[in-house]
Amino acid sequence: MSVLYVALPVALLLAVAAVVAFVYQARSGQFDDLETPPRRILFDDCEGLPGQSSAADMAERKEP
Amino acid sequence: MSIVSDTDVNLNPAVPQVSATVRCVHCSLPVPAGLVDESSDEQFCCQGCRTAWTLIHSNGLAQWYQMLPGGVTADAIGRRDSEQQSRTFQEFDDPAFEETYCRIDPSGTSRVTLAIDGIHCAACVWLIEKLPQMLPGVVRITVNWARANAVVVWDRDKVALSQIARLLHQLGYTPCPVRESDRELRRQAENRKHLVRIGIAAAAAGNNMLIAAALYLGMFSYMSAGMEWLLRIASCVVGMVSLLGPGRVFLRGAWNAVVTRTPHMDLPVALGLTVGSVAGLVNTVRGSGEIWFDSLSVLVFLLLTGRWIQFRQQSRAADSVELLFRMTPRYAWKLIEGQPQKVLVESVRPGDELEIRVGELIPVDATVTDGATLVNESVLSGESVPVARQQGQAVAAGTLNIQSPIRVRADAVGDDTRISQIIGLVEQAALEKPAVVQWANRVGGYFVVIVIALAALTLAWWLRFDPSAAVDRTIALLIVACPCALALATPLAISVAIGRAARQQIMIKGGDVLQRLTGSGLIWLDKTGTLTRGDMQVVQWHGAEDLKPLAAALEATSTHPVARALASLADTGHCRVESVVHDPAGGISGVVDGRTVHIGNEAFMRAQLNVSEQARWQRMAENILEQGYTPIRVAVDNKICAVAALGDQVRPDAPQAIRELRRRGWQIGILSGDHQHIVTRVANQLGIDPARARGGVTPEDKISAVKQSLTGHDTVVMVGDGVNDSAALAAASAGIAVSNGAEASLAAAPVYLGRAGLQPILELMKVSQSAGRNIRLGLGISLAYNVIGVTLAMSGLINPLMAAVLMPISSLTVVAVSLGSGKIGEVEGEPSGPGDGQ
Repeated sequence: MSVLYVALPVALLLAVAAVVAFVYQARSGQFDDLETPPRRILFDDCEGLPGQSSAADMAERKEP
Repeated sequence: MSIVSDTDVNLNPAVPQVSATVRCVHCSLPVPAGLVDESSDEQFCCQGCRTAWTLIHSNGLAQWYQMLPGGVTADAIGRRDSEQQSRTFQEFDDPAFEETYCRIDPSGTSRVTLAIDGIHCAACVWLIEKLPQMLPGVVRITVNWARANAVVVWDRDKVALSQIARLLHQLGYTPCPVRESDRELRRQAENRKHLVRIGIAAAAAGNNMLIAAALYLGMFSYMSAGMEWLLRIASCVVGMVSLLGPGRVFLRGAWNAVVTRTPHMDLPVALGLTVGSVAGLVNTVRGSGEIWFDSLSVLVFLLLTGRWIQFRQQSRAADSVELLFRMTPRYAWKLIEGQPQKVLVESVRPGDELEIRVGELIPVDATVTDGATLVNESVLSGESVPVARQQGQAVAAGTLNIQSPIRVRADAVGDDTRISQIIGLVEQAALEKPAVVQWANRVGGYFVVIVIALAALTLAWWLRFDPSAAVDRTIALLIVACPCALALATPLAISVAIGRAARQQIMIKGGDVLQRLTGSGLIWLDKTGTLTRGDMQVVQWHGAEDLKPLAAALEATSTHPVARALASLADTGHCRVESVVHDPAGGISGVVDGRTVHIGNEAFMRAQLNVSEQARWQRMAENILEQGYTPIRVAVDNKICAVAALGDQVRPDAPQAIRELRRRGWQIGILSGDHQHIVTRVANQLGIDPARARGGVTPEDKISAVKQSLTGHDTVVMVGDGVNDSAALAAASAGIAVSNGAEASLAAAPVYLGRAGLQPILELMKVSQSAGRNIRLGLGISLAYNVIGVTLAMSGLINPLMAAVLMPISSLTVVAVSLGSGKIGEVEGEPSGPGDGQ
């Protein structure tokens, strides 16, 4: 049980670190908009060259 | 090209024949037969779709079409016609525009916030944020879904803002500049502060519960004295962090309440926190007795969470109201070397010459330099009858030019105009109004004190009779009586109600107004727009029927509200109208099909005709006036031969809504700037007590009427829309501003109705009553639960572990009840975009 003498302060320090991180995130505005980011990640970005994906897409759309 | 089996048969030859099988590749609407291009793979229903499709494809963004959620087509995004398509957005490059709306970042890029009409699904967000790929020079564009706006960062040396706006427009999203508002920035800062507080409080509460669990378990098994001491010290430290960090907001609020001697909801909460922590501190130092830091930290966390939920819901409502005003760019026609040029109102300086066209709002306080017209000043005076203004007379900002173009010289602009000053005063008054103490918070605070007293009592009692069980019972009591449910009940119920109201276009900016509307009292209505349709109509015609076309043809040349009513009397297709003269004094004359026609009020007729009126028409006009309508005389060939009665018609849904409001215990009264005759007529039609139907009321009278009735009634509601109403709106216990109202009335009233008429008022009352019911139900459940739990704990029937299991059940019940009044999804307000695609 005496391990608690070390574990408790360590746990509290970890909590302090988490709080510091959270406060930094909140102050830098990462929680200002909670609705757009979940929509933004819905789609993968294919970082292809302009025109590349469009050609493939057009071929697909032409099929009846 | 998609082929669909469309069996619709077009039976109407007047509508262009639509090809049943060909659909536009962009918006999926049928392509008109004439536009089908057999030689092409892609078919478009209009040039707008072609532009958008080509833009999207040439930039490699065609996957967008697959992203659109099921059932949604690009058609929903924007209606394009050729006129819109050709908008240049030239004004976006105006230096005054830049000064007003844009900011320069330290890195040299420019930044502007644009409200964007047409964002309705995740695919739209994706497409708009791909703008830098389509247009070099755009650095970044960040969409805010909930507010339907986007922050654009661009390099002004490489691309003009008008180009960006044009591109957005071509894609089907109409951009509109948004003025930076201090209030929005303040709210954002406040939101971050809330979050920081909640974060610290949550960490403290979670860790303290863990420590408390170890302490409670230690009571059942062996725990060394040193270990217990360490845990108690740790709990004390974490508890004090929570109390002196995020909990300080309650202590500060309570201190202010004491200093200013105004009762405040923070006071009992702070009292409970202070008593608990001082006792806990003493016991920690003594090394024996109960410490309450775990309950205190959880309480701080839950109170803060409840407040944040409510804050978010309220600022959302306030945001959407403000956005209405911040996104209306206002333009003026400034005379530069005699030629009118479209400029932003912000760039107008005192001394500038402006042209005010018919149907435009006058943008600044000014003096007429050329021309004569009628001005609707109802926004300032509440009087719906227009007043005549001519050369040398002053016109005020915010009033409407309704008859003929005039030229003016600007006297005062921006914040110096009379209307801005009134708005400033009203905002100040609204700020200074003390907040109503929320019953639930008061109960919650005293509850904490009572629980701590009971815990002390239990401890003392059992120490005397059964010392071995004393600590156990006390702990069980403290756990079971955790006031989480109490702290959550009210904010949740209020948030649900605000969200429900917002979906019906009722914006509630403060939670306490809901509480005031749960009871009953007196509603003062501003007649125009709420009870009546708000426009003139001909209700009676005394005279020969064949005169109607003559009158209608002559009046069709004017934009005066009276003229528009008369113009709709008859078909005027074949009448020839010549030498029309508008008289600002209240009449119009001209030659229609060779006959001289005069139409106007009594004074105009007397001045024009030089013959005394026949007694018959005189009596008829008086009769009309007594009924509450406006008599308008029609003379043909210099002889009066008809009288028309004009009036504002009562809305068809008004009588039923008034009956419903009465049934709910509200009394109805009218306070209007209109003539007493008119008000009496409307009151009679609706069955409103004539003693409460007051016409010809000045703004000062409105305030005193509202203040007087405050003594006799619990709640006095004022519904109004003009600047002249705003002081009364602020004075009433609940002010309601209606749509198209003046900015000042919106600032003064805690509620804004997006639709006209009585129906939204009725819905507001329903929402408040159900919110009140939910608050009482939630509090009742948690109080009953706590009374039972505390009794069981005091009499020793449950141990701390059972208490810990029972405790969250009360919170869950309250949350379920609050959310049960609407579906969970309804707690969140909906984005203002047209239709939610998700």
